[in-house]
Amino acid sequence: MLLARVVGTVVATRKDPRLVSNKLLIARPTDPRGKADGAYLVAVDTVDAGVGETVLIVSGSSARMAAGMKDCPVDAAIVGIVDTVEVSD
Amino acid sequence: MHLARVIGTVVSTRKDAALSGLKLLVVQPLAPDGQDAGRPLVAIDAVGAGTGERVFYVRGREASFPFLPVEPPTDAGIVGIVDHWTVE
Repeated sequence: MLLARVVGTVVATRKDPRLVSNKLLIARPTDPRGKADGAYLVAVDTVDAGVGETVLIVSGSSARMAAGMKDCPVDAAIVGIVDTVEVSD
Repeated sequence: MHLARVIGTVVSTRKDAALSGLKLLVVQPLAPDGQDAGRPLVAIDAVGAGTGERVFYVRGREASFPFLPVEPPTDAGIVGIVDHWTVE
């Protein structure tokens, strides 16, 4: 899973019917210390996250295992809002 | 599966219900020579690993299999603690 910072939202009127009423957010992966690292991605939000929050993103086919995402055409889902990350070394 | 070193922990209160009670660890992938290889990632722990230990983890939806019949939404899971490895 990736740590990422939510930086924006996506609005799409015309989309796959299985994506209707799901919130789409733009997130930028970060390293464990919070530094941006990697390419922006669009993820479906299952935990009511918002812009500015650090979140956990699950990608690939595992994204469909997030709550309510069964058989949905998604490859990235926000499954947690991060309170703290503690890193040694 | 990949070798990694556990370098930290993640605390998340609001998360997918199927992740409740699971430990989230930050792992740094390692090359066979023990050097860091690639970006750190977050994995769920199925074996009781802790910070500083060398482990191996599985990627993809198989990472949730240790917790069947529950299927926590994860794409990385620690499935073993490495005692030692050797490379010829």
